[in-house]
Amino acid sequence: MSWITNFLTSSIGRKLIMSLTGLFLIQFLLVHLIGNLQLLVDDGGEKFNLYAQFMTTNPIIKATSILLYSGIVLHIIQGLLIWKQNSGSRNTRYAVSKNPNVDFASKNMGWLGTIILVFLILHLWQFWFKMKFGTMDMIPYEGVEVKNLYALVAATFKNPFYVIAYVIGMIVVGLHLKHGFQSSFQTLGLNHKKYTPLIKGLGSIYSILVPLGFAIIPIYFYFFR
Amino acid sequence: MPFKANSPEGALDDKWTKYRSTMNLVAPNNKRRIDIIVVGTGLAGAAAAATLGELGYNVKAFTFHDSPRRAHSIAAQGGINAAKNYQNDGDSVFRLFYDTIKGGDYRSRESNVHRLAEVSRNIIDQCVAQGVPFAREYGGLLANRSFGGVQVSRTFYAKGQTGQQLLLGAYQALSRQISLGNVEMYNRHEMLDVVIEDGKARGIIARNLLTGKLERFGAHCVVLGTGGYGNVFYLSTNAMGSNVSAAWRATKRGALMANPCYTQIHPTCIPVSGDYQSKLTLMSESLRNDGRVWVPAHKEDVMAIREGRMSAKDIPEDRRDYYLERRYPAFGNLVPRDVASRAAKVACDEGFGVNKTGLAVFLDFASAIQRYGKTEAHSNGLHNPDAKKIEELGKKVIEAKYGNLFEMYEKITGENPYEVPMKIFPAVHYTMGGLWVDYNLETNIPGLFALGECNFSDHGANRLGASALMQGLADGYFVIPYTIGQFLSKEIRTPKIDNSSPAFMEAEKDVDDRLKKLLSINGSQSVESFHRRLGLIMWEYCGMSRNAEGLQKGRKLIQELREEFWKDVFVPGNEDEFNPELEKATRVADFLELGELMMVDALDRNESCGGHFREEYQSEEGEALRRDDEYAYVAAWEWVNGGDPILHREDLEFENVELKTRSYK
Amino acid sequence: MKLTLKIWKQANNKTAGKFETYPVEADEHMSFLEMLDVLNESLLTEKKEPVVFEHDCREGICGSCSMVINGQPHGPNKGTTACQLHMRSFKDGQTITIEPWRAKAFPIVKDLVVDRSAFDRIIQAGGYISVNTGQAQDGNAIPIEKGLASEAMDAATCIGCGACVAACPNASAMLFTSAKVSHLGLMPQGEVEHTKRVQSMVTQMDTEGFGNCSNVGVCEAECPKGISIENIARMNRQYIGSVFGSATKVEKA
Repeated sequence: MSWITNFLTSSIGRKLIMSLTGLFLIQFLLVHLIGNLQLLVDDGGEKFNLYAQFMTTNPIIKATSILLYSGIVLHIIQGLLIWKQNSGSRNTRYAVSKNPNVDFASKNMGWLGTIILVFLILHLWQFWFKMKFGTMDMIPYEGVEVKNLYALVAATFKNPFYVIAYVIGMIVVGLHLKHGFQSSFQTLGLNHKKYTPLIKGLGSIYSILVPLGFAIIPIYFYFFR
Repeated sequence: MPFKANSPEGALDDKWTKYRSTMNLVAPNNKRRIDIIVVGTGLAGAAAAATLGELGYNVKAFTFHDSPRRAHSIAAQGGINAAKNYQNDGDSVFRLFYDTIKGGDYRSRESNVHRLAEVSRNIIDQCVAQGVPFAREYGGLLANRSFGGVQVSRTFYAKGQTGQQLLLGAYQALSRQISLGNVEMYNRHEMLDVVIEDGKARGIIARNLLTGKLERFGAHCVVLGTGGYGNVFYLSTNAMGSNVSAAWRATKRGALMANPCYTQIHPTCIPVSGDYQSKLTLMSESLRNDGRVWVPAHKEDVMAIREGRMSAKDIPEDRRDYYLERRYPAFGNLVPRDVASRAAKVACDEGFGVNKTGLAVFLDFASAIQRYGKTEAHSNGLHNPDAKKIEELGKKVIEAKYGNLFEMYEKITGENPYEVPMKIFPAVHYTMGGLWVDYNLETNIPGLFALGECNFSDHGANRLGASALMQGLADGYFVIPYTIGQFLSKEIRTPKIDNSSPAFMEAEKDVDDRLKKLLSINGSQSVESFHRRLGLIMWEYCGMSRNAEGLQKGRKLIQELREEFWKDVFVPGNEDEFNPELEKATRVADFLELGELMMVDALDRNESCGGHFREEYQSEEGEALRRDDEYAYVAAWEWVNGGDPILHREDLEFENVELKTRSYK
Repeated sequence: MKLTLKIWKQANNKTAGKFETYPVEADEHMSFLEMLDVLNESLLTEKKEPVVFEHDCREGICGSCSMVINGQPHGPNKGTTACQLHMRSFKDGQTITIEPWRAKAFPIVKDLVVDRSAFDRIIQAGGYISVNTGQAQDGNAIPIEKGLASEAMDAATCIGCGACVAACPNASAMLFTSAKVSHLGLMPQGEVEHTKRVQSMVTQMDTEGFGNCSNVGVCEAECPKGISIENIARMNRQYIGSVFGSATKVEKA
């Protein structure tokens, strides 16, 4: 199967992996957001905690999550490899570099991705790790004890440092998405005079609304809970 | 000196067919043992190298550029002629043949031109098969347009970049042969001499421009496709690197240079803007379809324009002189290139030039804008449109037709040609003269061939638009692959050429001595400054119009300049490095000799024909006066170092066309 | 107008380079290269080494010029090669920095001249239609839709200057390669062998050491001929299609 590895290590093959994993993560963000918006429901966290319980115990979700983890890891590794290769493609840098026509995000996907990685580690350590391996307060609903993730969220976002970190994190995610969304279509070869403006428009809306949705949560908890 | 045109016997229209089917061939197993050197990889050279590689010869191809794709064939705009008769407008091989002979003012060889017209059809087929994106009609078939000097539509084109697309086609075919190992490509290698052994061309001395090292290459024969020499005028539409050196080195080794004085001056170029000018830019001939050429009729208006007190728009119609329409009512602004150029010169010589230097005429689109505007308004159902609306609509039509040209003009001059008339002036564009070749495209040196603009063969004294691309590809794809067999079939017993024989070593030493000489002069003037001065002499005495007195003076001036060059030129750097100034120096040194030969040729030709206009030979109305009784010959010159060049004549015989005076009145 | 030029000088690929500063007096009607001619003429009069730069046709079609002017390949004007750039686009007293194309795959030859033979090798890998001279059928035997021919023409206008590589933050040659893949792949004559072509050309492009495309789009913005990144998408599509949809096996770069 050497042709497969040859393909996957070719410049277009690498980009295809970035594109496919990227698209997978893009849709995950939406799913994740829809679930998390239940934090804004004024029911003391019941809906959210039950949802969290379901997401961590359901076997299908568990299986899917392996896919998600590998997607993230693949996206990171491949991204780093491309970044390394690309920075080696020019020995001397330009003394003057002016790209008036270039989007800030497009040029800095590597850096944006790195910030997101740092954010992700923080985020996983705060919630995912504690949920899986830490000791959590339990809360009973209709006789069943579930972990009170809602309380953990509420407590975390009382800390202004975390609120700021999350808002910044979401701005970075927004920028990463702004380029990533349309870029993944371009890599797949889906560029069309009629449809590409539509994809770009959709990408812009997506890259504003989804991070905004996430950013509302810490702000809401800090100011209104 | 052996000197025979070798045109086959028989009726004109089956000369080529018969000849092709009876000529000597080289068997495939022998082809593998035969080496061919191709110098120059523009249209003709690349096409030849690719085709010879396909046939199985071992080809070594050379270009001084960093890639074959940079050859100046790439800059041809208009198109390529072919007698396809796709438009059903009465075109035929004979008509293309006839138009070319007539356009060339009856100074070309019938048999060669007819063959060119015949193979023109194959060229289009070949290029389409290579993927050249020619313009198409809605039905998906090839589109044509018409060009100056003919009455049919036979020009195929790819936007305004036909030369680029055809060159890339040939370059790609060549690249394929390189990847297959049939052609060895030597980029950034400049041929500095041809090696003659036992009277036959057996190799070249080339300089690796990156390392500066001289290298000897042997082969059974040498093919030159090294282009024209318009840069002898310094200012021309040629690329900066275009040069005569390969052809001139051959001349110095005994090849004959034919009709060097035939130079095509293109009427629509952007005028010179200052002393720093390095090259001239062509504006396509197609602009004369809608643009009207004029100068003010009164000197005071001319002065007012030059001093910036008035603009072209301030001059009322009755104070304008549309001199082409006045002098040539039948063809008007669409007279052939040589006629239009000379008329512009006359207007400027009389003091009517419209820019600061007095060397420009107007090319005005205002009336075309009005005309198209009115038609457009009418077809849009506007019955009483105001002047503004008409102008707006008219400009749109002009933009659709010539948008890219107008944009280019504005980029270069900073003036908006939709608002003010363009300023244009004639400039050197193409050289019809070149190495003398016979029907096989072989020079008088056996085994030395010349193709494309490098030879003299097809355009007589004036080339028609869209015929240069046709000739380059015809020679490279469809002529040389056959005719080279006439020579090579006799060489199958010749072993690999030894490139360390005395002839090679001597030639290498000659080149080396010359380079060392150039570097050692260490004078005070740059190569460029000599080239500019040569250009001025050429333009003044051997330009659009010439006379005996001027030509004699010009010749003397060039001799003096040459002497000064070899005493006072400054070439920096060393021989063994990348040294563009040294490259330029060798080329300018050759131009300094060629220039003199052009003067000699122009002086010998006591008549006016095509691009060669001798003031002494004009009609009462100032039109060119050909003298067929005495000058219906090709002037093939033998260069003599330090002496007068020797003239060899090839008398032209016209069996199929009647010699007439061209009239455009 | 008086200008200060900061120009990259480098004797060859083995030695280090550095910027030299030159004052120059220019006229606003000069082209950028004529301004450099003026500089060189004055350097030669002082018996100094001139600045070496690549140039030939000076009408924007040969693709020789290769300089980054104030951080932009071919300078500040859109759709313009350095030879067509005129000094009226600059201001009196301005400092202009001139650098060569910078990419590992384009080693410096001297000063502003780089070696772009990598482009030739990409074309040699498959940027052609395999047809020998004399094998062609009549030119009108296969009708080609006008729009398609003109799309192919748009891709084929590439002049091979390398501005795309010079501008790309990753020094990627995707725009150049895809322009040829698109031109030939769009024509029915070239469509026949497009699977092999796209694979060979991409493999060669990777071998040459160009960076990966990250869809930044600056190549398209800086291309003097306005070649669209739609061509890159088309090449991606054809490449991925050729890998999974044909029996042609991908070779190692």
